[in-house]
Amino acid sequence: MTDAVAYNFAYLDEQSKRTIRRAILKAVAIPGYQVPFPSREMPMPYGWGTGGVQVTASILGPHDVLKVIDQGADDTTNAVSIRQFFARTAGVRTTTRTSEASIIQTRHRIPEAPLAEGQIVVFQVPIPEPLRFLEPRESETRQLHALEDYGLMHVKLYEDIARHGHIATAYAYPVMVEARYLMDPSPTPKFDNPKMHMSPALQLFGAGREQRIYALPPYTRVVSLDFDDHPFARTRFAQPCALCGERHTYLDEVLLDDRGGRMFVCSDTDYCQERRTTAAPEARNERR
Amino acid sequence: MYVAVKGGEAAIAAAHELLARQRRGDPNLPEISAAQIREQLALAVNRVMCEGSLYDGDLAAIAIKQARGDLIEAIFLLRAYRATLPRLGYAEPIDTGAMCLRRRISATYKDLPGGQMLGPTFDYTHRLLDPTPLTVAPPPQQQRCEPASEPAPQVTQLLDGEGLIESNAGADGDAIGDLTRTPLAFPAGRDLRLQALARADEGFLLGLAYSTQRGYGRTHPFAAEIRMGEVEVEFMPEELGFAVPLGRITLTECEMVNQFHGSATRPPQFTRGYGLAFGHAERKAMAMALLDRALRSEELGQECAAPAQDQEFVLAHCDNVQATGFVEHLKLPHYVDFQAELALLRQLRADWLAARGGKQEDTAARAGDGVAL
Repeated sequence: MTDAVAYNFAYLDEQSKRTIRRAILKAVAIPGYQVPFPSREMPMPYGWGTGGVQVTASILGPHDVLKVIDQGADDTTNAVSIRQFFARTAGVRTTTRTSEASIIQTRHRIPEAPLAEGQIVVFQVPIPEPLRFLEPRESETRQLHALEDYGLMHVKLYEDIARHGHIATAYAYPVMVEARYLMDPSPTPKFDNPKMHMSPALQLFGAGREQRIYALPPYTRVVSLDFDDHPFARTRFAQPCALCGERHTYLDEVLLDDRGGRMFVCSDTDYCQERRTTAAPEARNERR
Repeated sequence: MYVAVKGGEAAIAAAHELLARQRRGDPNLPEISAAQIREQLALAVNRVMCEGSLYDGDLAAIAIKQARGDLIEAIFLLRAYRATLPRLGYAEPIDTGAMCLRRRISATYKDLPGGQMLGPTFDYTHRLLDPTPLTVAPPPQQQRCEPASEPAPQVTQLLDGEGLIESNAGADGDAIGDLTRTPLAFPAGRDLRLQALARADEGFLLGLAYSTQRGYGRTHPFAAEIRMGEVEVEFMPEELGFAVPLGRITLTECEMVNQFHGSATRPPQFTRGYGLAFGHAERKAMAMALLDRALRSEELGQECAAPAQDQEFVLAHCDNVQATGFVEHLKLPHYVDFQAELALLRQLRADWLAARGGKQEDTAARAGDGVAL
């Protein structure tokens, strides 16, 4: 039956897109503020990127070039599925190369290659509220944001330090946006947090199930929460990527056998591939 | 040597192919048609229409077939389709008092104007597994919905005449919200709460309604009336200026009356809980009525301590399309977050061992993994 139905460009009808674009504009005007929007049921499940898909559908034009990644990779099943969705419903050109894309929809990572002005990153967000696990009520957290009352979060981080000696949050590490709104960067590893700060690209965040959109316009100040005596530190890996030899990327751990054998490789597959094709000999030596 | 996992695209295509085969089952057996599902699995169709928020038995039957009988999946299919439909406008309020009845029972009065009518119900069947319904066709006489010989007003209306029950407030004047067009904000009014409950998961409502009966936010309910039958749906096109009938739909309505001892501002009287569902769906309508009343505890000045009385808790979690999506999204890759957690956990373990002066080396730390500094 669905075959008989002709869907609009990028699936959503123009009225819905306009509604979502209004929410995006408001979000851009108030960086870090969560704007409610009337999320639609999409033909993929809630929790699988419907927020990001609706944002992408609303901003996509016929001349855009779309890249979709999940866990940093273009080839993970859900990234493939979302890319196919837009290739089919919008007929836009897709790419795996970060530098070629005008829109990059992502789940859990920000590409390693620096982004440029004019590019847009669309994040898929499961729980947009950074205070949710400290205060489950939406009615309460909205008030806390309005009053800029983020004591709860500071206490949580302090308790981490008291118990563990450092802040025990490895991903979805909270950030302050333009010294006003506390924001959840989506479940990206804290390794990626510094990339958000003063990024030349527009960063849009869509949470479909929770019906929220928020944004970081280009060159927004984004600061990971910390304390003077416990400054934010980026995750560092003890070894380089086993495939391309890069030392400054986020790595996936791959199990090789059941005797503790493992290797570490770039989570950003496009970045890794690019390096291997340009600097092949050195990288090959690093392989096991 | 590790070869990066490729081929997501091919795997997806192969999975779809396998799914199609599994859906068909044994090819030596005749394939069931959507029309058979609509007619013979009507209660499944009703549930899918109700929670899919789309009254279309044919589409619901197709969805059930496509979903291999997974009703939540079928509900999802219907919802996704519904989201693409243009919104022409809003129907006139339906009049369930004028319902063409197929079933009507009251647990509060032995006899009442319009009478009681048992109708097609499992209620007094003995649940003995019986293969005969599968092989023997019932007499080909469908129960017809006859116009009532005498009016059958709702039981609560009869109580209203005595002032024993609160009046339904806000019947006119107030604009009615639409939670499919406006994001739900808390606190939500009763109009939006009822909308959310009407499309909510039957199992979730059932469990919560049951919890109120067992003491978690007790509401002292009586089933004043449950009625099921057909009502006319009308639409008022602006250019016409009068309502035109669109067709008839089957509905199940449940009105609970609940004891209320009064407060400083309100006299003791019965209060209402209301449930309404597409098709024949009594369990859903009754659970909804219990929850509607439980969610009114705050406005009635009652203590709100139980989950069923907490509107954020109930409304934020009652939608099975949302719930299943988020629970099942845990199937998606989380390599990156998991890696972050691994590094953190290894560091916490190393710190823990160091603090105890142990010389034991953490095996994972020895493996040379990254450390979150």
